[in-house]
Amino acid sequence: MTTDEIRAFIQQAIGENHVMLFMKGTPEQPMCGFSARTAAALNALGVEYSALDILPDPRIRQELSGLSQWPTIPQLFVDGNLVGGADIVTEMYDTGELADTLGVAQPTGEQVPEPPAEESPQTAPLGLENRLG
Amino acid sequence: MPTSGELKERIEASLPGSTAEVQDLTGGGDHFRAEVVSERFEGLSRIDRHRLVYDVFGDEVGGPIHALSLKTSTLEETT
Repeated sequence: MTTDEIRAFIQQAIGENHVMLFMKGTPEQPMCGFSARTAAALNALGVEYSALDILPDPRIRQELSGLSQWPTIPQLFVDGNLVGGADIVTEMYDTGELADTLGVAQPTGEQVPEPPAEESPQTAPLGLENRLG
Repeated sequence: MPTSGELKERIEASLPGSTAEVQDLTGGGDHFRAEVVSERFEGLSRIDRHRLVYDVFGDEVGGPIHALSLKTSTLEETT
């Protein structure tokens, strides 16, 4: 896969998925605490989302950060717009803004969700790594 | 390897009037947490606030500064 193809794939993933999370690892097996925390917030809201592991190829992260002008991972996009990384997503979860942004109800009595995530309801992660062979 | 003191100085120098509390989360000089209070954040979205702080370090964030966790507030928001 060329770098241009990776960039096009990322753009398509952002454009076509209502809720798109770029992370290290997968929602089932996050490879970084920040990614785990962000996925846990989405899981706690019970929202469907797509996730892409950026680890299989360093160019994924490079192209993503070039597109988003955001230096770190994870990155959460809703309707094509960057919402933020782990800190912003966690803050927005706590204040209820994340539920508003996603159009779902805030779970009552839930504090900051603690990783590792429990059984997660989201759709399967996109398999970019499968296209890199 | 950056230290929490260096990060604090650089943030405060780049955002005049700001105060930054910086912790080295692992002691390894690559995972930091910064709580920054600045009037420059007034009227800005969280994304734009975080970008202002990330911009202080350019390519170092994601490079030698592996992770920089941020909390950004205006003075009014902290009181």
